[in-house]
Amino acid sequence: MNSKQYILNSIKNTNIIKETPCPQIPDFGIVYEDKFEQFAQIIKTVGGDALVCKKEDLDKTIASLYEDEKVISSNVDGCTLGNFNTDVDDPHKLKDIDLAIVKGEFAVSENGAVWIKNEDNKHRVLYFIAQNIVIVVQKDKIVNNMHEAYENIDFSDAGYGAFVSGPSKTADIEQSLVIGAHGPKSGYVLFVE
Amino acid sequence: MKIGLFIPCFMNELYPEACVSTLNVLKNLDLDVDYPLNQTCCGQAMANSGCSNEVKDLAHRFVDIFKEYDYIVAPTGSCVTMVKDHYAPFFNDDPAYNKVKNSIYEICEFLHDVIQVKEFNVSFKHKVGLHNSCHAHRALNLATPSELNINYNSKLKNLLGMVKGLELVTLQREDECCGFGGTFSVTEPDISTAMGKDRISDHINSGAEIMTGVDMSCLMHMEGLINRDNKPIKVMHITQILAGEGE
Amino acid sequence: MSNHPQEAAKFVANDERMHWHDKALWFVREKRDLASKSIPEWEELRSVASEIKTHTLSKLDYYLEEFEKNATQKGITVHWAKDALEHNEIVYSLLEKNKVSKIVKSKSMLTEECHLNPYLEERNIEVIDTDLGERIVQLRNEPPSHIVLPAIHLKKSEVSETFVEKLGTEKGNDDPTYLTRAARASLREDFLDAGAGLTGVNFAIAQTGGVVVCTNEGNADMGASLPKLHIASMGIEKIIPKLEHLGVFTRLLAKSATGQPITSYTTHFHAPVVDGEMHIVIVDNQRTPFLASKDYNKALACIRCGACMNTCPVYRRSGGHSYGYVIPGPIGSTLGNFKDPKANKTLPFACTLCGSCTNVCPVKIDLDTQLYTHRQDLGAQGLLSKQKTISMKITAKLMQHPKLFDFFGKTIRKLVPMLPKSIVYSKYNIWGQTRDLPKMPKNSFKELYKQGLKDEL
Repeated sequence: MNSKQYILNSIKNTNIIKETPCPQIPDFGIVYEDKFEQFAQIIKTVGGDALVCKKEDLDKTIASLYEDEKVISSNVDGCTLGNFNTDVDDPHKLKDIDLAIVKGEFAVSENGAVWIKNEDNKHRVLYFIAQNIVIVVQKDKIVNNMHEAYENIDFSDAGYGAFVSGPSKTADIEQSLVIGAHGPKSGYVLFVE
Repeated sequence: MKIGLFIPCFMNELYPEACVSTLNVLKNLDLDVDYPLNQTCCGQAMANSGCSNEVKDLAHRFVDIFKEYDYIVAPTGSCVTMVKDHYAPFFNDDPAYNKVKNSIYEICEFLHDVIQVKEFNVSFKHKVGLHNSCHAHRALNLATPSELNINYNSKLKNLLGMVKGLELVTLQREDECCGFGGTFSVTEPDISTAMGKDRISDHINSGAEIMTGVDMSCLMHMEGLINRDNKPIKVMHITQILAGEGE
Repeated sequence: MSNHPQEAAKFVANDERMHWHDKALWFVREKRDLASKSIPEWEELRSVASEIKTHTLSKLDYYLEEFEKNATQKGITVHWAKDALEHNEIVYSLLEKNKVSKIVKSKSMLTEECHLNPYLEERNIEVIDTDLGERIVQLRNEPPSHIVLPAIHLKKSEVSETFVEKLGTEKGNDDPTYLTRAARASLREDFLDAGAGLTGVNFAIAQTGGVVVCTNEGNADMGASLPKLHIASMGIEKIIPKLEHLGVFTRLLAKSATGQPITSYTTHFHAPVVDGEMHIVIVDNQRTPFLASKDYNKALACIRCGACMNTCPVYRRSGGHSYGYVIPGPIGSTLGNFKDPKANKTLPFACTLCGSCTNVCPVKIDLDTQLYTHRQDLGAQGLLSKQKTISMKITAKLMQHPKLFDFFGKTIRKLVPMLPKSIVYSKYNIWGQTRDLPKMPKNSFKELYKQGLKDEL
């Protein structure tokens, strides 16, 4: 008997837990009066920040945030700051990116997270290897909570997706919060009106 | 209404004053209280030590002694929890046990929920810190534990609020365990001592002159530490305050 | 073999450090309280989470097979390991096949449980733990002392000393930002060098065939996305039925763990990277016996948030290493004692039964009840000390005879005040090492009651 059969059989033969119905998730998720305000407030507590701009001001807004960053990638429609093509064969070649400007699908008010799908990117490591990140989201794409968030997610055709909430961080040394662990050292969410 | 008074074994021997106060609080309310003389111990110390096999006979004794009373009232949260939560394996859905289980109350719970006391006519002009002993707090729900996101209520604070002149201090940690834990106090003496000292410091730093609570066992542990280290605080069982004693 | 009282005594002996540790974890507990209280439906959320887990465990074989089927369709290879050794062998064979000599690993309590690092190192594979806390303890050759905060027992000065020696940082510089940056720089090289990334799994979704990994540092993502080979190890209990259930668990996990609204990264891996491979190793290693136990099966619902450790007044004052088991604190004590009661028999007693752990648990595991029950099981298995069982037997007998008990009590009350202090407080009186005995009253309450309460007290 192989290990799969061994494990499945021992579960089948010994499990005494009575089968209960799979619970329906009640419609109880918290909702906010001003979803953007809530998002902006939460993302500040996790080391990020939320800004709003018009589509035509994308370049100007991002450039003002990152004046010194040289190697920049962008896969966002309406942003022309990109000077590095991420469509390379080996993801290790992304190691010198100073700033990645990427598309976010929607934002979650409850926890300051943005859902990214990596559909317009070859290498998913882009979100983590870049020194800084700006995620661009449509201003009307904000949901209240994680229950609503998962209503908008589907893996039937996708291989990857992540919620990103602020830049990378750690508090492993004496519980002191340090922004910028292994992933980006700063992270903005830019809402486009 | 006939009330059977249960007094924890160690309290009977070592804290007779607090037992008298317990009786007086009930008598002051003109309640009909009887103290069955053949009672001994609920068996909690043995059960918490892993020796519940030894407890079966004690559990049956307990139920036999108290099954005829309308209510069983006791100045302890932990022994009441023992009877309510841990006796079931010794009884095969026995109606006598089920009656005892549903009619046993920690005294403050009884005063608050059954008698619904509105006043005590006593005063106690001191700053008091309330030690929420764990079983009373989390198993009997005498107050809302700090961990839960539900509306706050404290039956003990409600009762102490009826005592004139009593000022309740605010502790840094509302419901941290004192580290008594029955035989924990001697099987893990270092942690037990550290926890007790921290609990005492929280009370002293919050300005309490008196530490009170519903379980004399926790208070005995902390009194032992207080007396050893000459700390400027005293312990009193909550019934001593509610009976108007010590003023 | 764990000996909690002995190890705890060592930790408590340094009063300053013990209080520092207690306060650090209490601070995390307070953050958890604030986060949970920002969600009005928090308690309902816990109930739903608990129900989902119970349902899943009741049909675990079904969901595991569904998961395998769907993961395979996504191009992920699923392996099954009945124990730690088989898990390690599978991981090693994958590395060997892909000619990998260096791996980056993100936090996984399962690989700690399986002792994967030494297994691979003996076979000349370099293993780099990449979570900062894990890296610190790895460089110090210590196990983690907490499942979410692996280096919570260490002071920044100690981290600094380790980094001076191992990473060449400036002597005496213990600024957390400086030290974190140094680790970042060093680990970046490791990420770029490594031939494979190993991660744990927080949730495996049967319906979609993918796994979710939650981290703050981005280390799991770097490790799983940069090399061509990603291996994810998971216990059989990590399964959840549907994607929508993540709505429940991702709301609970980080808020319970550290009080954060969510982890920085909650990554859903449902396929290998471009031209790469993704493997998932499903591990039993003594988990199925829990399903056969009416008292302990709920322990398998654990989502490893660590909230029970942060709130445990014993853990906070004794440190994670005092437990001597891979997972410390209340959940570790029940898991460890179930798996090996003989080796871990002190753990169910490293607890005052205060019940705070049960109240913070996001999936409502009845931790304090389990620890109480373990004590009874240890008694029934004859694993308690002779001294304890005999004294409890005698006490129980005594308590069946009220007159004898009265006599005994009276004798003690009369005798103790007459004895010299050196005898009353001898080394055999453990209670009295730090505590005074109560003043011995002249009369018991029963005596007073019989006398109509007239006599003096």
